[in-house]
Amino acid sequence: MDNEIRTYTVLIYTENQIGLLSQIANVFTRRSLSIWTLTAGPTAIEGVHTITITSDATRRKIDEAVKQIEKRVDVISATYYVSEEIVYRELALCKVPSPALLESGAIEKLLSDHHARILEMNPEFTVLQKTGTLRETTAFYESVKPFGVLQFVRSGRVAVSRDAEPEIKCCK
Amino acid sequence: MENKIKGSEAFWKALIAEGVDTVFGYPGGQIMHVYDSLCSYTDRVRHILVRHEQGAIHAAQGFARVSGRPGVVLVTSGPGATNVVTGLVDAMTDSTPLVVVTGQVPNAALGTDAFQEADVTGMTGPITKWNYQIRRPEDVAWAIARAFYIAGSGRPGPVVLDFTKDAQVGLTDFHYEKCTGIRSYHPDPFPSDKALDEAAALIDASKKPFVVFGQGVTISHAEDRLAEFLRKGDLPSGSTMLGLGALPTDFPNYEGMIGMHGHVAANVKTSECDLLIAIGMRFSDRVTGSVGKYARNAKVIHIDIDKAEIGKIIPVTVGLCGDAGRVLEALTARISPGSHREWLESFVPVREIEKKKVIEPELHPKGKELKMGEVVDAVTAYCGGRAIVVTDVGQNQLMASRYSRLASRRSFISSGGLGTMGFGLPAAIGAAIADPSRPVCLFVGDGGIQMTIQEFGTIMQEHTGVKVILLNNNWLGNVRQWQQLFYDRRYSATRMINPNYEDIAKAYGIKYIRVKDREALPKALETLFSDNGPCLMDVLVEEEANVMPMVPPGSGLDRMMLTENSWYENE
Ligand SMILES: Cc1ncc(C[n+]2csc(CCOP(=O)(O)OP(=O)(O)O)c2C)c(N)n1
Repeated sequence: MDNEIRTYTVLIYTENQIGLLSQIANVFTRRSLSIWTLTAGPTAIEGVHTITITSDATRRKIDEAVKQIEKRVDVISATYYVSEEIVYRELALCKVPSPALLESGAIEKLLSDHHARILEMNPEFTVLQKTGTLRETTAFYESVKPFGVLQFVRSGRVAVSRDAEPEIKCCK
Repeated sequence: MENKIKGSEAFWKALIAEGVDTVFGYPGGQIMHVYDSLCSYTDRVRHILVRHEQGAIHAAQGFARVSGRPGVVLVTSGPGATNVVTGLVDAMTDSTPLVVVTGQVPNAALGTDAFQEADVTGMTGPITKWNYQIRRPEDVAWAIARAFYIAGSGRPGPVVLDFTKDAQVGLTDFHYEKCTGIRSYHPDPFPSDKALDEAAALIDASKKPFVVFGQGVTISHAEDRLAEFLRKGDLPSGSTMLGLGALPTDFPNYEGMIGMHGHVAANVKTSECDLLIAIGMRFSDRVTGSVGKYARNAKVIHIDIDKAEIGKIIPVTVGLCGDAGRVLEALTARISPGSHREWLESFVPVREIEKKKVIEPELHPKGKELKMGEVVDAVTAYCGGRAIVVTDVGQNQLMASRYSRLASRRSFISSGGLGTMGFGLPAAIGAAIADPSRPVCLFVGDGGIQMTIQEFGTIMQEHTGVKVILLNNNWLGNVRQWQQLFYDRRYSATRMINPNYEDIAKAYGIKYIRVKDREALPKALETLFSDNGPCLMDVLVEEEANVMPMVPPGSGLDRMMLTENSWYENE
């Protein structure tokens, strides 16, 4: 079981120190682990940032990498999860030509089928937003494809753990 | 306004507040303000001018390892900074506390490929415990306080401060406050009572326990507590190369070094023991041999202050994450007095085999030529175990680690995890500066000495009393040994034509002795130690000798070469 490769989500809380991101990325590359998605940003606590990384690895490898990350002085905490242990989302934005979308008359159904939203619409193009898992945003993309996709981008994963404890005790 | 001082001055005030009295460095354009301010502090800080920045950092490592205090290095930007990179990695793997300060171009020039600009924080991130770019004079005191706290606490390591010119010349108020804690950093973990009880129960139940300790014992100043623990449990032990010096060589049931060129009994008993107690060590591949075959009959207790080391290489039965000294104290209180006579007696015949096949021929050879081992033995015996032994890398290092007689603490300084040739000479300088009361004996090969030979200039200028014992075999000996044993004696690029070392010593005003044969050795030792000054003793040793025993790559510890064609194998 320790040698089975799975997708792990690593949740890292850090002090806002320049250079930390590259050092964290380095922990993965040095162990030949690829970073599948990466999301970073400030938390609600002043000075504390969070980095969410997904990576395919064995439990042994991810455990080793996360311990090395946690060892960095400016890392407050680092934890890894399999997907069942977290609630997570990715965000996809999709730009399509407005005429094609409107002519088809399928827009209502598209939005309701995928729980997607219109962020912006003008005579030239429409920007649609879809949140979900990778599989859901992919399915969304497939449905929009016939209208001629101008641009499709996807964020990395953001996640919270499925337990009722505060994530970072030292900063409560 | 009149109370404000320059950042470069705040720098020296902060170092002094941290108790720094020695700095190893080399000046240059982007650190000149700091050097300029040094003029006002030379009564409190001794600056050692090295001949190459690599020399500065290795000297600081030697200084730190002997004194137990962070070594301080001061270099300029660009090439000054890149020249310390080897030493940073070395200090990172060997847990040596260092504060390395590099000059940096003005803030506005950052990222413009300005003259002598290098991305120092980017480059040194993965090879330092912490690094930080100081861009404002008001951050100098804060950054230095943090640097010393981080370098010296928990598992020690190197810290880099990249000091931009703006921060050096700008004015600031100066208040110094030592750093006592960082919310994201917990350097002093301690195991639970439950884990300690479990470990004690394992020790009490064990019939064949074996202790393997490393440098963590020295770093934690836990030598006495280790000895008490071993005595109370009646436990046999072995040391990693960097653990040497924590116990006197003649400590009861202490088998000496373990690993690739370790002592046979120490290695064989690691494979036979039913309980392995690892203290302040990290199961380097040079220690374990083939990991799959390592301690395969044993439950494992691993004590280490670095959580990431526990279970990294060897799965553990009980992990005790904490300072070696504190954990040993708690554990010693919990165990019952042990008695392992039968188990300890089983070591004797193994020891005898090594003595007969390896040690005797090395220390009392029948042949005419001098052996490295007998030279190490003679030198360290002459010092009555008081010497600080410093080594370079190669056969000289392995022989020094096998045959040095050590009676005092912090007495064995070597580049372990990185195996950096050229480490020895500057590290010996740092060691001698840290403790002038003990003789410092450097064992070095003819290859390694030439990697940092320029530091003879530092010895000359500072009158550092380093005793350099050059084990001269006209080969890159350790590589030649591998070529002999594993590459059919194809000696590719290992034969070396040596310079005239006498002329070199003379040029630097350093006393020189050449030793060609056994008969000349006693007299040479008298000359070597006749004064406190530096000396180069050039010993012509047997050219094609091998370090034995040897666990060949891929083998377990219980299968060792004793000579080129005889083996020790467990039945
Ligand atoms: C900087 C560096 N380069 C290369 C090596 C590989 N290496 C390990 S031992 C050795 C030979 C050392 O020869 P010498 O200094 O003469 O010592 P001896 O083994 O003969 O005692 C070499 C080249 C190394 N450890 N470090």
